[in-house]
Amino acid sequence: MKKIVCRCEDITEEDIIKAIDEGYTDLEELRKKLRIGMGPCQGRVCIQLVIRIIEDYTGKKLSKVSYPNPRPPIIPVSLGTLASDKHEKKG
Amino acid sequence: MKKKADVVVIGGGVNGCAIAYNLAKKGLDVALIEKKYLSSGATGCCGAGIRQQWSTKENVELAIKSVKIFEKLSDELKEDIEFRQGGYLIIIHNDKEMEQAKENVRMQKSLGLTVDILQPDQIIDIVSILDIKGMKAIGATFCPKDGHANPFKTTFAYAKAAKSFGASVYTHTKVTGIQTEKKSITEVNTDKGKIKTSIVVNSAGVWSKQIAEMVGITLPNKPYRKEIMATERLKPIFDAMVISFKDGIYFSQQKEGQIVGGIPIPEEISGYHTAPTVSFLEHMSKTLTSYAPCLKHVNLLRHWTGFYDVTPDARPILGEVEKLNGFIQCNGFSGHGFMLCPMVARILTDYIADNKSTQILEKLNLERFKGKNFDKEVYIVG
Repeated sequence: MKKIVCRCEDITEEDIIKAIDEGYTDLEELRKKLRIGMGPCQGRVCIQLVIRIIEDYTGKKLSKVSYPNPRPPIIPVSLGTLASDKHEKKG
Repeated sequence: MKKKADVVVIGGGVNGCAIAYNLAKKGLDVALIEKKYLSSGATGCCGAGIRQQWSTKENVELAIKSVKIFEKLSDELKEDIEFRQGGYLIIIHNDKEMEQAKENVRMQKSLGLTVDILQPDQIIDIVSILDIKGMKAIGATFCPKDGHANPFKTTFAYAKAAKSFGASVYTHTKVTGIQTEKKSITEVNTDKGKIKTSIVVNSAGVWSKQIAEMVGITLPNKPYRKEIMATERLKPIFDAMVISFKDGIYFSQQKEGQIVGGIPIPEEISGYHTAPTVSFLEHMSKTLTSYAPCLKHVNLLRHWTGFYDVTPDARPILGEVEKLNGFIQCNGFSGHGFMLCPMVARILTDYIADNKSTQILEKLNLERFKGKNFDKEVYIVG
């Protein structure tokens, strides 16, 4: 039975443990290796689960500092919507 | 931590890891120090492009030779770095740009590059979603052998291969000082221990300046925040990277399907700024949808920042400095460190391991800035 952790990129618990075994124990490293948190959910589904897997598997507590930076926008926005902003700077 | 090494490499970006690999392969004892994790600086934020079309000869030469290495790098490192050659399409907007393009294409061809000037209707054959009128294009140059690779995978693959040849990689380790005696290096101090060495490679990206200051050397490099965005995944539409020097925009479709691109913001000033700006979203979305109107229906997923380590001539600083023996620079890439890394690492390795210098090293050393006349690279985007 497979346990899907990251639904956007189709990453399983097994994939994460395999990467940890290869030495990718930093959350950001795992993110760059497996693309977890880079899909449409922006990590809202997977990151907490990944943190738990790392902590359970390695036995070390992750510091909050090492959590991935939130990257705007909070929800996906179409390029057309962003481009339609008529706001002009003064001066 | 090991007590001594032949070479200490500072910085675990793609250049530091590539140098560590090449040196270790030659049999040297290498220690690589990275303050965060591998690819945590500019490498991990970059646009993944690999370009050979430049305005200065040294950059073209470095890039052509780097692509030759990239073509076989997955085999060499025994990891798939996702290298692919979809070409770079450089949009030309006016007669002045066309004149410059003709001159540069002539120079690039003389160095052996396959590159051509395209008419507006030929542009659509390369990237079908582009709008000639929206871009205000009068032509383009195209090199089919330019391309992309995955920067994280390339960095991790270099580091893994370096370790297989005996290099030690210390992440989450900060360099706190470099000890010297007379005109030579004796030791590198870190927060995890000390390593005796006589050679230090400074490949710390925008933090190279602080490393050089530890030994009293001033680098002219300035950090600039650069912003970049990724859209949701789409079916494969185009293979080429599209860039414009007039608008500063670059964008391409990645292997997974997302469109990744960047553009400079007009109000940018030098400094260690990392916050993404609303101004970027405005400029990027407006320019991108004028280039490819159909993308207005596509969602932007995320937007992040990285650094360009910019030198006065927008070209890297490479090689040993006059003031301190064994202090090797590998920084100041001005936004192009990833694409040039394979050849830069080899040139520096030849210098360190075999004492072999090349014309490129002599042209790109720190001392060039003493004079007022240096060739400036003008083909810059992002």
